Amino acid sequence: MITVIVVAFVLLIVIVSTFYLVSRRGRSSLTASGSAVLEKTREEGAAETIHKSQEAISELAPPADIRKGLSRARLSFSRLLGTMLGGTSSDQVLWDSLEETLLLSDLGLELTTKVIEGSRKELEMAGTIDGSAMASAIRMQLRNLFVDADRELEYSEEKPTVWLVVGVNGVGKTTSIGKLSAMVAAEGKRVVLAAADTFRAAAADQLEMWAQRTGADIVRSVPGADPSSVVYDSIQKAAARGYDMVIADTAGRLHTKSNLMDELRKLRRTAEREPAHLTEVLLVLDATTGQNGLVQAREFAKAAGITGLILTKLDGSAKGGIALAAEWELGVPIKLVGVGEKANDLILFSPDEFLDALLETADDA
Amino acid sequence: MFDNLTDRFEEIFSRIRGKGRLSEAEVDSVLREIRAALIEADVNVGVVRTFIERVRENTVGEELQRSLSPAQHVIKAVNAELTNALGGENLKITYASRPPTIVLMAGLQGVGKTTAAAKLALWFRHQGRNPLLVGADLQRPAAVEQLRVLGGQAHVPVFSVEGDPVKTAVSGVEEARRIGRDVVIVDTAGRLSIDEELMAEVSRISDSISPNYTFLVVDAMIGQDAVNTAREFNEALTLDGIILTKLDGDARGGAALSVRHVVGKPITFVSTGEKLADFDLFYPDRMANRILGMGDVLTLIEQAERTLDKEVTEKGAKRLKGGKFDLEDFLEQMQQVKKMGPLKGVLSMLPGVPKEIRNADINEKELVKVEAIISSMTRAERANPDIIEGSRRLRIAKGSGTTTAAVGTLLKQFKDMQKMMRSMGMGGPSPTKKSPNRANHKKKKRR
Repeated sequence: MITVIVVAFVLLIVIVSTFYLVSRRGRSSLTASGSAVLEKTREEGAAETIHKSQEAISELAPPADIRKGLSRARLSFSRLLGTMLGGTSSDQVLWDSLEETLLLSDLGLELTTKVIEGSRKELEMAGTIDGSAMASAIRMQLRNLFVDADRELEYSEEKPTVWLVVGVNGVGKTTSIGKLSAMVAAEGKRVVLAAADTFRAAAADQLEMWAQRTGADIVRSVPGADPSSVVYDSIQKAAARGYDMVIADTAGRLHTKSNLMDELRKLRRTAEREPAHLTEVLLVLDATTGQNGLVQAREFAKAAGITGLILTKLDGSAKGGIALAAEWELGVPIKLVGVGEKANDLILFSPDEFLDALLETADDA
Repeated sequence: MFDNLTDRFEEIFSRIRGKGRLSEAEVDSVLREIRAALIEADVNVGVVRTFIERVRENTVGEELQRSLSPAQHVIKAVNAELTNALGGENLKITYASRPPTIVLMAGLQGVGKTTAAAKLALWFRHQGRNPLLVGADLQRPAAVEQLRVLGGQAHVPVFSVEGDPVKTAVSGVEEARRIGRDVVIVDTAGRLSIDEELMAEVSRISDSISPNYTFLVVDAMIGQDAVNTAREFNEALTLDGIILTKLDGDARGGAALSVRHVVGKPITFVSTGEKLADFDLFYPDRMANRILGMGDVLTLIEQAERTLDKEVTEKGAKRLKGGKFDLEDFLEQMQQVKKMGPLKGVLSMLPGVPKEIRNADINEKELVKVEAIISSMTRAERANPDIIEGSRRLRIAKGSGTTTAAVGTLLKQFKDMQKMMRSMGMGGPSPTKKSPNRANHKKKKRR
């Protein structure tokens, strides 16, 4: 029996690695061409200057605050920081509870260790064991995990701009698109939503409701239709009617399903074909997601070349540390955070505000 | 990251092999790795701490079994402990003496409640029951519509009325009584455990229908926050069991352990795919292997036993060892392995398979092509592929409906494979000295 299995194993591995060689060859050339195109889009965009949305959005009078999302996370950190300020960095208990707090925020073991060791080294070099120095060293280390990147959403100079929204099942893609649509509409832009999630029962109905609420147009098809054709039709409609942009909803897909990831590659190709200008591929990450979020980010980046992250459901008790881990590993910035159920509860992300909210001490909270 | 714990432990233990007992320091170094693996698998930090302490108590100073290496010994202990922690008494579904049996589904947004409700309905139908699905998620746009579609696929009727979710649930149960359905599954809206208003609403639903079973639906990808969620839902609803969803992804699913530990309720069902039938009872041992990243060897062994022809496989093994493995054998073995199901599925159960390979795109159609190509060769060609020159290649391509390029690729890859097997000490005429050990070693591990 044992021999049977060993042989089966060896053969499986051999056979599969054979096919792996074939498929990898196909894939790498595909990704290469994909990123080349994106590169080109970026360069052109930079040269022609890209419309920035910052002012317009602050005019929207953001009622939502990152603090709203982090109220729970703040508690655990502020308690720890309170103790820290009264203590010294020679206290191992403080380091241990810092480790636990960071791990509990889903930051992952690797980054947690990095933050702690970095802070320790910094304090050693400064020759201090002061509790407040410890707190600021930790903040500095956390700040360093964020990439130095533009976090504003990009529009192309020429119409229509296309944003593609992707992610695994149940992270809140459709809802995020509804909120994005509201955000963009508030800037006076005319939007068409592409209901390219033709798989989940009634997903298009859900999107249609958002379109009505935010005054956007919508293109939808029958259940099971080719999602690429929906994106294509949306782009054609946007071009014909002079809309500013297309925001495309896609079906949730587990990154392990290769056929669905192939479908996503195709969607991307459709979304960047003339007259469309694909400027954002946004990956939606659920704040409750654990370490698998990192794998998701990696795989979606490979298949669709993501340009930004949307962190959703930060209004629960989860802290969303996995998004930071994903940003750090892939160098793709978190651009938006969802902190509630209302249309204006999707806010632009700022690392400093995030850390301010997270690391406020008990006194000023 | 910790794809192969076994290998990591082998490294630690190479230093201390041959000892009769495990010292505290040795156990410590292994437990550090276990801790890391569990945290990477999203087991809650607090739960990890308790768990590690228990393993430490059970391992230090214990006498080693001679048949196992120290590493294997600790892994076995950890695995047993984990299986134990995940399992315990399982939930046995019994049916209400006065039907209907009422089931309530609850959970966060986006975990797959609606899909799980439909899958559970199908499962009950397969148990010979007549379930009714009740759509009480009146919050998410089109959620009831989704349930209707899924109910249609499962051939289970769906009931819902607009308005108040509590009333909908109550009238759903009445409806079941009226039309004689013996199981009612009530799907509720997703809610955050910190949303007091919505948590109060779901307890009202529970109070007014008094469910026989209340399931919390948990996404296998959930991180550290699983414990808070589970605790708060358990306080509001008194759970009977957990349904773990999206196990067809590659999340380790450490949350299963956290949830089990925190609320002390069994994980009852797992959802493992997009089809409604991809729904099964929970097996703690398999989950333990998954969390530790050791692959689902057990399932694979069962599957192999069921499907493989022992003689053919053993013949292949002999040829492999003898270095006479040719395309003929390859074809034969390929047909064997194919019987075990889709390659990707089989592969995902294997421990120690590199991530790149496990996640590679495996097109089953490619297998058919390969089969066709080899079948189009003569026996002589299969035994000695070197004789395949231009005209033979063209004939094979025509015969198999492929191209000469495809034939060329296959031949080249088979050669590479032979080289690879040679380096593994299995396929070539000049095996390295290590090879027999390596093979034995492998066998031992599987035992």
